[in-house]
Amino acid sequence: MKTPIYLDYQATTPLDERVLEAMLPYFRDKFGNAASRNHAFGWEAEKAVENARAQVAVLIGAESKEIVFTSGATEANNLALKGIAEMYREKGRHLISAPTEHKAVLDPLQRIEQDGGSVTMLPVDKFGQVKVSDLEQALRPETVLVSLMAANNEIGTLHPLAAIGKLCKARGVLFHTDATQGVGKIPIDVEAMGIDLLSLSGHKIYGPKGIGALYVRRRNPRVRVSPQIDGGGHERGMRSGTLNVPGIVGLGVACELARIELDAETLRLTGLRERMWAKLRSGLDEIHLNGHATERLPGNLNVSFAYVEGEGLMMGMSDLAVSSGSACTSASLEPSYVLKAIGVGDDLAHTSIRFGIGRFTTEAEVDFAAERVVIAVKRLRDMSPLYEMAKEGIDLKEVKWSPTEH
Amino acid sequence: MAYSDKVLDHYNHPRNIGSLDKNAADVGTGVVGAPECGDVMRLQIKVNEKGVIEDAKFKTFGCGSAIASSSLATEWVKGRTVEQALKIRNVDIVEELALPPVKVHCSVLAEDAIRAALADYQKKQVAASCAVDSGDGNSAEATTKAG
Repeated sequence: MKTPIYLDYQATTPLDERVLEAMLPYFRDKFGNAASRNHAFGWEAEKAVENARAQVAVLIGAESKEIVFTSGATEANNLALKGIAEMYREKGRHLISAPTEHKAVLDPLQRIEQDGGSVTMLPVDKFGQVKVSDLEQALRPETVLVSLMAANNEIGTLHPLAAIGKLCKARGVLFHTDATQGVGKIPIDVEAMGIDLLSLSGHKIYGPKGIGALYVRRRNPRVRVSPQIDGGGHERGMRSGTLNVPGIVGLGVACELARIELDAETLRLTGLRERMWAKLRSGLDEIHLNGHATERLPGNLNVSFAYVEGEGLMMGMSDLAVSSGSACTSASLEPSYVLKAIGVGDDLAHTSIRFGIGRFTTEAEVDFAAERVVIAVKRLRDMSPLYEMAKEGIDLKEVKWSPTEH
Repeated sequence: MAYSDKVLDHYNHPRNIGSLDKNAADVGTGVVGAPECGDVMRLQIKVNEKGVIEDAKFKTFGCGSAIASSSLATEWVKGRTVEQALKIRNVDIVEELALPPVKVHCSVLAEDAIRAALADYQKKQVAASCAVDSGDGNSAEATTKAG
Protein backbone atom coordinates (compact mmCIF):
# COMPACT_ATOMS: atom_id res chain seq x y z
CA MET A 1 0.00 0.00 0.00
CA LYS A 2 1.31 3.41 -0.93
CA THR A 3 1.37 6.02 1.81
CA PRO A 4 0.36 8.68 2.60
CA ILE A 5 -3.19 7.55 1.94
CA TYR A 6 -5.35 10.24 0.45
CA LEU A 7 -8.57 10.65 2.41
CA ASP A 8 -9.42 14.23 1.58
CA TYR A 9 -11.67 13.82 -1.45
CA GLN A 10 -13.88 16.75 -0.44
CA ALA A 11 -10.87 19.04 -0.75
CA THR A 12 -9.95 17.86 -4.21
CA THR A 13 -9.69 14.68 -6.25
CA PRO A 14 -6.95 13.29 -8.45
CA LEU A 15 -7.46 13.63 -12.17
CA ASP A 16 -8.85 10.43 -13.65
CA GLU A 17 -6.44 8.96 -16.23
CA ARG A 18 -9.29 8.77 -18.74
CA VAL A 19 -9.91 12.47 -18.26
CA LEU A 20 -6.26 13.29 -18.73
CA GLU A 21 -6.10 11.25 -21.94
CA ALA A 22 -9.07 13.10 -23.36
CA MET A 23 -7.54 16.46 -22.50
CA LEU A 24 -4.03 15.96 -23.85
CA PRO A 25 -4.74 16.52 -27.57
CA TYR A 26 -6.19 19.93 -26.73
CA PHE A 27 -2.87 21.05 -25.27
CA ARG A 28 -0.97 19.88 -28.35
CA ASP A 29 -2.36 19.69 -31.90
CA LYS A 30 -5.89 20.80 -31.14
CA PHE A 31 -4.92 24.09 -29.56
CA GLY A 32 -7.41 26.25 -31.41
CA ASN A 33 -9.46 29.05 -29.93
CA ALA A 34 -13.09 27.99 -29.75
CA ALA A 35 -14.05 31.51 -30.80
CA SER A 36 -12.11 31.31 -34.08
CA ARG A 37 -15.04 30.88 -36.44
CA ASN A 38 -13.09 30.92 -39.69
CA HIS A 39 -10.73 27.94 -39.67
CA ALA A 40 -10.44 24.28 -38.81
CA PHE A 41 -8.50 24.86 -35.59
CA GLY A 42 -11.32 26.94 -34.21
CA TRP A 43 -14.03 24.58 -35.43
CA GLU A 44 -12.27 21.64 -33.85
CA ALA A 45 -12.04 23.41 -30.49
CA GLU A 46 -15.63 24.60 -30.69
CA LYS A 47 -16.83 21.10 -31.47
CA ALA A 48 -14.99 19.75 -28.43
CA VAL A 49 -16.46 22.46 -26.23
CA GLU A 50 -19.99 21.78 -27.42
CA ASN A 51 -19.53 18.07 -26.88
CA ALA A 52 -18.37 18.74 -23.32
CA ARG A 53 -21.25 21.13 -22.74
CA ALA A 54 -23.66 18.33 -23.59
CA GLN A 55 -21.82 15.93 -21.27
CA VAL A 56 -22.11 18.38 -18.38
CA ALA A 57 -25.75 19.12 -19.16
CA VAL A 58 -26.89 15.52 -19.29
CA LEU A 59 -25.40 14.77 -15.85
CA ILE A 60 -27.75 17.28 -14.22
CA GLY A 61 -30.73 16.91 -16.54
CA ALA A 62 -30.16 20.24 -18.29
CA GLU A 63 -29.80 21.34 -21.90
CA SER A 64 -26.45 22.24 -23.42
CA LYS A 65 -27.35 25.88 -23.90
CA GLU A 66 -27.94 26.23 -20.18
CA ILE A 67 -24.31 25.53 -19.28
CA VAL A 68 -21.93 28.48 -18.82
CA PHE A 69 -18.30 27.52 -18.34
CA THR A 70 -16.40 29.30 -15.58
CA SER A 71 -13.03 28.97 -13.87
CA GLY A 72 -14.57 26.91 -11.09
CA ALA A 73 -17.40 26.81 -8.59
CA THR A 74 -16.28 29.93 -6.75
CA GLU A 75 -16.70 31.94 -9.91
CA ALA A 76 -19.97 30.16 -10.72
CA ASN A 77 -21.31 31.07 -7.26
CA ASN A 78 -20.21 34.68 -7.67
CA LEU A 79 -21.86 34.86 -11.07
CA ALA A 80 -25.08 33.32 -9.80
CA LEU A 81 -25.43 35.40 -6.65
CA LYS A 82 -24.12 38.77 -7.78
CA GLY A 83 -25.46 38.24 -11.27
CA ILE A 84 -29.00 37.61 -10.00
CA ALA A 85 -28.83 40.34 -7.36
CA GLU A 86 -27.88 42.87 -10.03
CA MET A 87 -30.20 41.63 -12.76
CA TYR A 88 -33.28 41.46 -10.54
CA ARG A 89 -32.49 44.54 -8.48
CA GLU A 90 -35.73 46.25 -9.51
CA LYS A 91 -37.81 43.23 -8.55
CA GLY A 92 -36.35 42.93 -5.07
CA ARG A 93 -33.18 42.88 -3.07
CA HIS A 94 -33.77 40.08 -0.63
CA LEU A 95 -31.92 36.75 -0.73
CA ILE A 96 -32.10 33.67 1.50
CA SER A 97 -29.33 31.26 2.36
CA ALA A 98 -27.89 29.32 5.33
CA PRO A 99 -24.85 29.66 7.61
CA THR A 100 -23.37 26.30 6.61
CA GLU A 101 -22.75 27.38 3.01
CA HIS A 102 -19.24 27.52 1.63
CA LYS A 103 -17.35 30.80 1.85
CA ALA A 104 -17.73 31.09 -1.91
CA VAL A 105 -21.43 31.69 -1.25
CA LEU A 106 -21.23 33.49 2.10
CA ASP A 107 -18.71 36.08 0.96
CA PRO A 108 -20.56 37.11 -2.22
CA LEU A 109 -23.72 37.38 -0.10
CA GLN A 110 -21.87 39.64 2.30
CA ARG A 111 -20.83 41.78 -0.65
CA ILE A 112 -24.44 41.98 -1.80
CA GLU A 113 -25.44 43.12 1.69
CA GLN A 114 -22.74 45.78 1.66
CA ASP A 115 -24.20 46.97 -1.62
CA GLY A 116 -27.62 47.45 -0.04
CA GLY A 117 -29.22 44.05 -0.44
CA SER A 118 -30.53 42.05 2.48
CA VAL A 119 -29.89 38.40 3.23
CA THR A 120 -31.80 36.09 5.56
CA MET A 121 -29.85 33.17 6.98
CA LEU A 122 -32.10 30.21 7.72
CA PRO A 123 -31.45 28.21 10.86
CA VAL A 124 -30.08 24.69 10.39
CA ASP A 125 -30.79 21.71 12.61
CA LYS A 126 -28.16 19.59 14.35
CA PHE A 127 -27.50 17.75 11.10
CA GLY A 128 -27.07 20.91 9.06
CA GLN A 129 -30.39 20.81 7.23
CA VAL A 130 -32.81 23.68 6.77
CA LYS A 131 -36.53 23.19 7.32
CA VAL A 132 -38.69 23.93 4.31
CA SER A 133 -41.24 25.51 6.67
CA ASP A 134 -38.54 27.95 7.87
CA LEU A 135 -37.80 28.81 4.26
CA GLU A 136 -41.49 29.37 3.60
CA GLN A 137 -41.67 31.83 6.48
CA ALA A 138 -38.55 33.66 5.38
CA LEU A 139 -39.82 34.30 1.84
CA ARG A 140 -40.88 37.89 1.22
CA PRO A 141 -42.47 39.60 -1.76
CA GLU A 142 -39.08 41.13 -2.53
CA THR A 143 -37.16 37.83 -2.29
CA VAL A 144 -35.39 37.17 -5.57
CA LEU A 145 -33.15 34.21 -4.80
CA VAL A 146 -32.76 31.26 -2.47
CA SER A 147 -29.26 29.76 -2.39
CA LEU A 148 -28.80 26.46 -0.57
CA MET A 149 -26.07 23.94 -1.18
CA ALA A 150 -26.68 20.41 -2.42
CA ALA A 151 -24.18 18.79 -0.05
CA ASN A 152 -22.03 20.32 2.65
CA ASN A 153 -18.29 20.18 2.10
CA GLU A 154 -17.41 19.58 5.75
CA ILE A 155 -20.13 17.37 7.15
CA GLY A 156 -21.56 15.96 3.92
CA THR A 157 -25.17 16.74 4.84
CA LEU A 158 -27.60 16.86 1.92
CA HIS A 159 -30.33 19.45 1.59
CA PRO A 160 -33.85 18.47 0.50
CA LEU A 161 -33.37 20.06 -2.93
CA ALA A 162 -36.63 18.89 -4.50
CA ALA A 163 -38.75 20.25 -1.64
CA ILE A 164 -36.86 23.55 -1.66
CA GLY A 165 -37.17 23.83 -5.43
CA LYS A 166 -40.87 23.08 -5.35
CA LEU A 167 -41.54 25.81 -2.80
CA CYS A 168 -39.43 28.34 -4.67
CA LYS A 169 -41.24 27.53 -7.91
CA ALA A 170 -44.64 27.94 -6.25
CA ARG A 171 -43.60 31.34 -4.88
CA GLY A 172 -41.89 32.56 -8.02
CA VAL A 173 -38.47 32.82 -6.40
CA LEU A 174 -35.30 31.65 -8.13
CA PHE A 175 -33.39 28.74 -6.59
CA HIS A 176 -29.61 28.45 -6.81
CA THR A 177 -27.70 25.50 -5.46
CA ASP A 178 -23.96 25.25 -4.93
CA ALA A 179 -23.64 21.63 -6.00
CA THR A 180 -19.85 21.53 -5.96
CA GLN A 181 -19.85 18.53 -3.63
CA GLY A 182 -23.07 17.00 -4.88
CA VAL A 183 -22.69 16.82 -8.65
CA GLY A 184 -21.58 13.37 -9.74
CA LYS A 185 -21.96 12.05 -6.19
CA ILE A 186 -25.71 12.13 -5.71
CA PRO A 187 -28.45 12.14 -8.38
CA ILE A 188 -29.25 15.70 -9.40
CA ASP A 189 -31.92 16.69 -11.91
CA VAL A 190 -32.55 20.38 -12.35
CA GLU A 191 -36.01 19.72 -13.79
CA ALA A 192 -37.25 17.32 -11.13
CA MET A 193 -35.72 19.43 -8.37
CA GLY A 194 -36.82 22.84 -9.62
CA ILE A 195 -33.29 24.21 -9.68
CA ASP A 196 -32.79 27.47 -11.60
CA LEU A 197 -29.05 27.92 -11.15
CA LEU A 198 -26.42 25.36 -10.18
CA SER A 199 -22.68 25.68 -9.58
CA LEU A 200 -20.27 22.84 -10.19
CA SER A 201 -16.54 22.29 -10.30
CA GLY A 202 -14.21 20.00 -12.24
CA HIS A 203 -11.64 19.09 -9.62
CA LYS A 204 -14.14 17.63 -7.16
CA ILE A 205 -15.19 15.01 -9.69
CA TYR A 206 -11.80 13.76 -10.93
CA GLY A 207 -11.56 16.50 -13.53
CA PRO A 208 -8.98 19.27 -13.72
CA LYS A 209 -8.69 22.30 -11.46
CA GLY A 210 -9.49 25.70 -12.91
CA ILE A 211 -12.72 24.71 -14.64
CA GLY A 212 -16.32 24.72 -13.53
CA ALA A 213 -19.72 25.70 -14.76
CA LEU A 214 -22.90 27.50 -13.89
CA TYR A 215 -26.20 26.06 -15.04
CA VAL A 216 -28.62 28.86 -15.88
CA ARG A 217 -32.21 27.86 -16.63
CA ARG A 218 -33.48 28.95 -20.05
CA ARG A 219 -37.19 28.35 -19.74
CA ASN A 220 -39.87 28.15 -17.04
CA PRO A 221 -38.62 30.70 -16.24
CA ARG A 222 -35.89 32.12 -18.43
CA VAL A 223 -33.23 33.21 -15.93
CA ARG A 224 -30.89 36.06 -16.67
CA VAL A 225 -27.69 36.91 -14.86
CA SER A 226 -25.69 40.08 -15.03
CA PRO A 227 -22.16 39.19 -16.20
CA GLN A 228 -19.38 39.69 -13.69
CA ILE A 229 -16.56 39.50 -16.23
CA ASP A 230 -16.92 41.71 -19.29
CA GLY A 231 -15.06 41.26 -22.52
CA GLY A 232 -15.48 39.38 -25.79
CA GLY A 233 -18.99 38.19 -25.04
CA HIS A 234 -18.21 34.51 -24.74
CA GLU A 235 -20.72 32.10 -23.21
CA ARG A 236 -23.69 34.06 -24.56
CA GLY A 237 -22.35 37.18 -22.93
CA MET A 238 -22.56 35.79 -19.42
CA ARG A 239 -18.87 35.05 -19.02
CA SER A 240 -16.29 36.61 -21.26
CA GLY A 241 -12.82 35.17 -21.67
CA THR A 242 -11.23 32.72 -24.08
CA LEU A 243 -12.54 29.27 -23.30
CA ASN A 244 -10.26 26.88 -21.43
CA VAL A 245 -10.69 24.16 -24.05
CA PRO A 246 -8.58 21.39 -22.44
CA GLY A 247 -10.22 22.09 -19.09
CA ILE A 248 -13.69 22.05 -20.59
CA VAL A 249 -12.98 18.79 -22.41
CA GLY A 250 -11.75 17.35 -19.09
CA LEU A 251 -14.82 18.56 -17.23
CA GLY A 252 -17.06 17.01 -19.88
CA VAL A 253 -15.42 13.59 -19.65
CA ALA A 254 -15.35 13.80 -15.85
CA CYS A 255 -19.11 14.43 -15.87
CA GLU A 256 -19.73 11.55 -18.24
CA LEU A 257 -17.70 9.14 -16.11
CA ALA A 258 -19.42 10.32 -12.96
CA ARG A 259 -22.82 9.77 -14.55
CA ILE A 260 -21.99 6.26 -15.76
CA GLU A 261 -20.44 5.21 -12.44
CA LEU A 262 -22.73 7.07 -10.05
CA ASP A 263 -24.94 4.21 -8.91
CA ALA A 264 -22.14 1.71 -8.43
CA GLU A 265 -19.91 4.28 -6.77
CA THR A 266 -22.66 5.37 -4.38
CA LEU A 267 -23.00 1.80 -3.19
CA ARG A 268 -19.27 1.19 -2.96
CA LEU A 269 -18.44 4.46 -1.17
CA THR A 270 -21.34 4.17 1.25
CA GLY A 271 -20.07 0.70 2.09
CA LEU A 272 -16.53 1.96 2.68
CA ARG A 273 -17.77 4.84 4.79
CA GLU A 274 -19.88 2.57 6.98
CA ARG A 275 -16.97 0.16 7.27
CA MET A 276 -14.70 2.93 8.47
CA TRP A 277 -17.28 4.26 10.93
CA ALA A 278 -17.92 0.76 12.34
CA LYS A 279 -14.20 0.18 12.82
CA LEU A 280 -13.72 3.50 14.56
CA ARG A 281 -16.66 2.87 16.85
CA SER A 282 -15.52 -0.59 17.79
CA GLY A 283 -12.03 0.69 18.59
CA LEU A 284 -12.87 3.88 20.49
CA ASP A 285 -15.37 5.27 22.95
CA GLU A 286 -16.70 8.84 22.99
CA ILE A 287 -16.58 9.56 19.30
CA HIS A 288 -19.33 11.52 17.59
CA LEU A 289 -20.55 11.57 14.01
CA ASN A 290 -20.98 15.11 12.71
CA GLY A 291 -23.74 15.52 10.15
CA HIS A 292 -26.58 13.22 9.19
CA ALA A 293 -26.28 9.45 9.52
CA THR A 294 -27.88 8.67 6.16
CA GLU A 295 -28.68 11.90 4.31
CA ARG A 296 -25.05 12.61 3.61
CA LEU A 297 -22.49 12.33 0.83
CA PRO A 298 -21.50 8.69 0.32
CA GLY A 299 -17.81 9.52 0.66
CA ASN A 300 -17.91 11.83 3.68
CA LEU A 301 -17.27 10.86 7.28
CA ASN A 302 -16.82 13.64 9.82
CA VAL A 303 -16.03 12.54 13.35
CA SER A 304 -15.23 14.28 16.62
CA PHE A 305 -12.77 12.37 18.80
CA ALA A 306 -13.47 13.83 22.24
CA TYR A 307 -10.44 14.94 24.32
CA VAL A 308 -8.03 14.84 21.37
CA GLU A 309 -7.25 18.01 19.43
CA GLY A 310 -7.61 17.66 15.67
CA GLU A 311 -4.30 19.02 14.47
CA GLY A 312 -2.42 17.12 17.14
CA LEU A 313 -4.24 14.01 15.96
CA MET A 314 -3.42 14.58 12.31
CA MET A 315 0.22 14.91 13.26
CA GLY A 316 0.00 11.50 14.88
CA MET A 317 -1.19 9.88 11.68
CA SER A 318 1.02 11.49 9.12
CA ASP A 319 0.51 8.64 6.66
CA LEU A 320 -3.12 9.74 6.30
CA ALA A 321 -4.13 12.87 4.40
CA VAL A 322 -7.28 14.12 6.12
CA SER A 323 -8.54 17.50 7.28
CA SER A 324 -9.79 18.90 10.55
CA GLY A 325 -12.33 21.40 11.79
CA SER A 326 -9.84 22.39 14.45
CA ALA A 327 -8.86 26.02 14.66
CA CYS A 328 -5.20 25.15 14.59
CA THR A 329 -5.45 24.09 10.99
CA SER A 330 -6.80 27.41 9.81
CA ALA A 331 -5.32 30.86 9.80
CA SER A 332 -8.28 32.26 11.70
CA LEU A 333 -7.73 30.29 14.94
CA GLU A 334 -11.51 29.79 15.02
CA PRO A 335 -12.86 26.27 14.78
CA SER A 336 -15.17 25.28 11.93
CA TYR A 337 -18.14 27.63 11.50
CA VAL A 338 -20.13 24.78 9.98
CA LEU A 339 -19.78 22.67 13.14
CA LYS A 340 -20.65 25.75 15.18
CA ALA A 341 -23.80 26.30 13.12
CA ILE A 342 -25.03 22.75 13.78
CA GLY A 343 -24.51 23.22 17.50
CA VAL A 344 -21.25 21.33 17.97
CA GLY A 345 -19.45 23.09 20.81
CA ASP A 346 -16.02 24.59 20.23
CA ASP A 347 -14.53 21.90 22.48
CA LEU A 348 -15.73 19.11 20.18
CA ALA A 349 -15.18 21.12 17.01
CA HIS A 350 -11.48 21.21 17.87
CA THR A 351 -11.46 17.41 17.90
CA SER A 352 -13.08 16.83 14.50
CA ILE A 353 -11.56 15.06 11.54
CA ARG A 354 -13.05 14.85 8.06
CA PHE A 355 -12.38 11.65 6.16
CA GLY A 356 -13.09 11.99 2.46
CA ILE A 357 -13.40 8.71 0.59
CA GLY A 358 -13.44 8.56 -3.18
CA ARG A 359 -13.03 6.75 -6.48
CA PHE A 360 -9.55 5.42 -5.80
CA THR A 361 -9.99 4.51 -2.12
CA THR A 362 -9.71 0.80 -1.46
CA GLU A 363 -11.06 -1.35 1.33
CA ALA A 364 -7.50 -2.09 2.45
CA GLU A 365 -6.80 1.64 2.73
CA VAL A 366 -9.91 2.18 4.82
CA ASP A 367 -8.91 -0.63 7.15
CA PHE A 368 -5.38 0.68 7.47
CA ALA A 369 -6.63 4.21 8.10
CA ALA A 370 -9.13 3.16 10.75
CA GLU A 371 -6.43 1.23 12.55
CA ARG A 372 -4.08 4.19 12.42
CA VAL A 373 -6.74 6.53 13.78
CA VAL A 374 -7.57 4.23 16.69
CA ILE A 375 -3.90 3.95 17.68
CA ALA A 376 -3.29 7.70 17.40
CA VAL A 377 -6.42 8.65 19.35
CA LYS A 378 -5.59 6.21 22.14
CA ARG A 379 -2.05 7.50 22.39
CA LEU A 380 -3.18 11.12 22.58
CA ARG A 381 -5.95 10.36 25.04
CA ASP A 382 -3.33 8.84 27.33
CA MET A 383 -1.64 12.20 27.37
CA SER A 384 -4.82 14.28 27.47
CA PRO A 385 -5.64 15.91 30.81
CA LEU A 386 -9.24 16.17 29.63
CA TYR A 387 -9.58 12.44 29.09
CA GLU A 388 -8.14 11.78 32.55
CA MET A 389 -10.53 14.28 34.13
CA ALA A 390 -13.51 12.84 32.26
CA LYS A 391 -12.58 9.34 33.36
CA GLU A 392 -12.39 10.59 36.95
CA GLY A 393 -15.99 11.67 36.56
CA ILE A 394 -15.30 15.39 36.36
CA ASP A 395 -17.83 17.30 34.28
CA LEU A 396 -15.60 19.34 31.96
CA LYS A 397 -18.41 21.79 31.33
CA GLU A 398 -18.39 22.70 35.03
CA VAL A 399 -14.66 23.31 35.24
CA LYS A 400 -13.57 26.93 35.46
CA TRP A 401 -10.97 27.15 32.71
CA SER A 402 -8.43 29.87 32.24
CA PRO A 403 -8.38 30.62 28.52
CA THR A 404 -5.33 32.57 27.46
CA GLU A 405 -5.16 35.28 24.88
CA HIS A 406 -3.91 33.82 21.64
CA MET B 1 2.63 23.42 7.59
CA ALA B 2 5.91 21.69 8.22
CA TYR B 3 6.94 21.07 11.81
CA SER B 4 10.46 21.58 13.09
CA ASP B 5 12.48 18.48 13.93
CA LYS B 6 12.40 19.39 17.61
CA VAL B 7 8.61 19.71 17.65
CA LEU B 8 8.35 16.35 15.93
CA ASP B 9 10.79 14.80 18.37
CA HIS B 10 8.86 16.02 21.41
CA TYR B 11 5.56 15.03 19.83
CA ASN B 12 6.74 11.55 18.95
CA HIS B 13 8.75 11.04 22.14
CA PRO B 14 7.17 13.27 24.74
CA ARG B 15 9.17 13.65 27.93
CA ASN B 16 7.56 13.24 31.33
CA ILE B 17 3.98 12.40 30.46
CA GLY B 18 1.89 11.52 33.44
CA SER B 19 0.55 12.67 36.76
CA LEU B 20 1.80 13.45 40.24
CA ASP B 21 -0.38 13.40 43.34
CA LYS B 22 -2.05 16.79 43.15
CA ASN B 23 -2.94 16.65 46.85
CA ALA B 24 0.65 16.20 48.00
CA ALA B 25 2.15 19.26 49.70
CA ASP B 26 5.37 19.08 47.69
CA VAL B 27 3.53 18.98 44.36
CA GLY B 28 2.38 22.04 42.49
CA THR B 29 -0.23 21.67 39.74
CA GLY B 30 -0.98 24.17 36.99
CA VAL B 31 -3.86 23.71 34.55
CA VAL B 32 -4.11 26.38 31.88
CA GLY B 33 -6.06 26.87 28.66
CA ALA B 34 -9.58 25.77 27.80
CA PRO B 35 -11.13 22.99 25.72
CA GLU B 36 -13.06 25.62 23.71
CA CYS B 37 -9.76 27.20 22.70
CA GLY B 38 -8.32 23.89 21.56
CA ASP B 39 -5.58 23.59 24.14
CA VAL B 40 -5.36 22.63 27.79
CA MET B 41 -2.05 21.99 29.55
CA ARG B 42 -1.57 20.45 32.93
CA LEU B 43 1.93 20.73 34.32
CA GLN B 44 2.96 19.37 37.69
CA ILE B 45 6.17 19.82 39.63
CA LYS B 46 7.53 18.04 42.67
CA VAL B 47 9.87 20.13 44.81
CA ASN B 48 12.34 18.64 47.28
CA GLU B 49 13.45 20.05 50.64
CA LYS B 50 16.22 22.07 48.99
CA GLY B 51 13.68 23.89 46.89
CA VAL B 52 14.76 22.08 43.75
CA ILE B 53 12.23 20.72 41.26
CA GLU B 54 13.10 17.05 41.22
CA ASP B 55 10.27 15.82 39.06
CA ALA B 56 7.83 17.24 36.55
CA LYS B 57 4.94 15.70 34.61
CA PHE B 58 2.54 16.98 32.00
CA LYS B 59 -0.57 16.09 30.08
CA THR B 60 -1.71 18.23 27.20
CA PHE B 61 -4.77 18.47 24.99
CA GLY B 62 -3.68 20.41 21.96
CA CYS B 63 -1.84 20.55 18.69
CA GLY B 64 1.64 19.16 18.17
CA SER B 65 3.28 22.45 19.09
CA ALA B 66 1.34 22.61 22.35
CA ILE B 67 2.38 19.07 23.23
CA ALA B 68 6.00 19.83 22.34
CA SER B 69 6.00 23.10 24.33
CA SER B 70 4.75 21.42 27.47
CA SER B 71 7.07 18.46 27.04
CA LEU B 72 10.01 20.85 26.73
CA ALA B 73 8.78 22.83 29.75
CA THR B 74 8.89 19.74 31.98
CA GLU B 75 12.41 19.02 30.75
CA TRP B 76 13.54 22.55 31.52
CA VAL B 77 12.07 22.90 35.00
CA LYS B 78 13.58 19.67 36.26
CA GLY B 79 16.67 20.30 38.37
CA ARG B 80 15.96 24.01 38.69
CA THR B 81 15.00 25.81 41.85
CA VAL B 82 11.60 27.44 42.04
CA GLU B 83 13.22 30.84 41.51
CA GLN B 84 15.13 29.63 38.47
CA ALA B 85 12.04 28.01 36.96
CA LEU B 86 10.19 31.32 37.22
CA LYS B 87 12.71 32.77 34.81
CA ILE B 88 11.73 30.49 31.92
CA ARG B 89 10.20 32.64 29.20
CA ASN B 90 7.95 31.68 26.33
CA VAL B 91 10.37 33.24 23.85
CA ASP B 92 12.97 30.68 24.91
CA ILE B 93 10.51 27.93 24.04
CA VAL B 94 9.69 29.58 20.71
CA GLU B 95 13.37 29.71 19.89
CA GLU B 96 14.18 26.19 21.01
CA LEU B 97 11.30 24.62 19.09
CA ALA B 98 11.41 27.05 16.14
CA LEU B 99 7.69 27.71 16.50
CA PRO B 100 6.06 29.73 13.70
CA PRO B 101 4.17 32.93 14.70
CA VAL B 102 0.79 31.17 14.59
CA LYS B 103 2.04 28.76 17.27
CA VAL B 104 3.54 31.30 19.66
CA HIS B 105 0.46 31.00 21.87
CA CYS B 106 1.48 27.39 22.61
CA SER B 107 4.68 28.66 24.21
CA VAL B 108 2.76 31.31 26.14
CA LEU B 109 0.53 28.59 27.48
CA ALA B 110 3.55 26.53 28.53
CA GLU B 111 5.02 29.49 30.42
CA ASP B 112 1.63 30.05 32.05
CA ALA B 113 1.53 26.39 33.03
CA ILE B 114 4.94 26.59 34.70
CA ARG B 115 3.91 29.70 36.61
CA ALA B 116 0.58 28.20 37.63
CA ALA B 117 2.29 25.05 38.94
CA LEU B 118 4.86 27.11 40.87
CA ALA B 119 2.15 29.36 42.30
CA ASP B 120 0.16 26.33 43.41
CA TYR B 121 3.24 24.89 45.10
CA GLN B 122 4.04 28.16 46.85
CA LYS B 123 0.46 28.58 47.99
CA LYS B 124 0.58 25.15 49.56
CA GLN B 125 3.85 26.03 51.31
CA VAL B 126 2.40 29.21 52.76
CA ALA B 127 -0.74 27.43 53.87
CA ALA B 128 1.33 24.69 55.48
CA SER B 129 3.62 27.05 57.39
CA CYS B 130 0.66 29.12 58.62
CA ALA B 131 -0.97 25.92 59.80
CA VAL B 132 2.19 24.97 61.73
CA ASP B 133 2.19 28.37 63.44
CA SER B 134 -1.37 27.93 64.59
CA GLY B 135 -0.65 24.41 65.73
CA ASP B 136 -3.12 22.67 63.41
CA GLY B 137 -2.49 18.95 63.60
CA ASN B 138 -3.68 18.01 60.11
CA SER B 139 -1.53 20.48 58.28
CA ALA B 140 1.46 19.70 60.44
CA GLU B 141 1.20 16.27 58.98
CA ALA B 142 1.22 17.84 55.53
CA THR B 143 4.39 19.81 56.33
CA THR B 144 6.02 16.67 57.52
CA LYS B 145 5.23 15.10 54.20
CA ALA B 146 6.56 18.13 52.35
CA GLY B 147 9.61 18.41 54.50
